[in-house]
Amino acid sequence: MARTDIQLMQDVKAGDEQSFALLLHRYRSPLVNFLYRMVRNREQAEDLAQEVFIRVYRAREDYEPSAKFTTWLFRIATNLALNSIRDNHHRQMEISIDQPLAADAEDGDERRLDLADGHADIEQRLVEQARQAMIRRAIAKLPEKQRAAVLLHKYQELEYREIARIVECSESALKSLLFRAYETLRIELAPLVGQPPKQQGSR
Amino acid sequence: MNCARMESRILPYLDGRLKEGERAEAEKHLAACAVCRLRVNEFRSLSGLLDELPKIEPSAAFDLRMQARIAAAPPRQSWWAWLAPSPRVAFAASLLLLATVWVASRPAEHGLNMAAPDTELRMMKDLPVLEDYDVLANFEPLPDLPPPVEAENQ
Ligand SMILES: [Zn+2]
Repeated sequence: MARTDIQLMQDVKAGDEQSFALLLHRYRSPLVNFLYRMVRNREQAEDLAQEVFIRVYRAREDYEPSAKFTTWLFRIATNLALNSIRDNHHRQMEISIDQPLAADAEDGDERRLDLADGHADIEQRLVEQARQAMIRRAIAKLPEKQRAAVLLHKYQELEYREIARIVECSESALKSLLFRAYETLRIELAPLVGQPPKQQGSR
Repeated sequence: MNCARMESRILPYLDGRLKEGERAEAEKHLAACAVCRLRVNEFRSLSGLLDELPKIEPSAAFDLRMQARIAAAPPRQSWWAWLAPSPRVAFAASLLLLATVWVASRPAEHGLNMAAPDTELRMMKDLPVLEDYDVLANFEPLPDLPPPVEAENQ
């Protein structure tokens, strides 16, 4: 049976590096994805994810299972992301006020169009990509704290209490924060909401 | 139930996190109120819409760099170990350190690179304090001595 995060972390604390590799394996992708959605830059997301893991590793000997491991992990990640977004803005403003904000820079993660695909497939993919770009942009436009909350709720499926601890507010404040965020997204994405993508065999 | 109340329960309802009675109440309202029903359906399809966003995979370089950085991570100094036999001294020292770290961390934001790991350490320790009731319910109370704080290494 798979060991829980807490068991793994306790083994890491006891000096077992293999267990840290397992934790890494378990959370590298969730963390990179979360950070990517936060900062919208792939390279920066990976740098931040590394920083999160390094900090966890450095603190291993003092680890105490007083909260869920994911709460701790994503709280470090969220703080780093928020700091980095702020730094980006400062830097951007110093460079030029005419330049688009970092948040508007589209960092394409679309799968490349394969020339071997038929025309219908290519068209289908273009539609898909346009939808995804709209979704990404809508998420990016949310205030940072709301964005973090939505990502943790929607894509990490964390519990309200956990998310509340991560973004540092009460559970009831979190619920209304989340509601406002989704309400904004619903309005922003109104043209797509209730208009499912064309059915295709494999999805 | 009225519509305002329903509004505050849309998310927990869709997440399946309402208690049995609350869920029944919500469903009763939804059966009677077309406005809320529409809204719930829109939230549901919004959630489906958000599922369309593809995941990215960490690059191959990510794992290599990670391994290298972990391997290079210095072993933790435990210079405070000598304090351990005397909890009182350790306690006082921790307080002093906490105060120092707190003061030191006030004005400047931590840079990315070598930012003091004690920030995260304290974060970890702080977590239960935010909601002590559930810590008290689920875990042992906080140890009466704060654990040694990893000081700035410099
Ligand atoms: Zn209603």
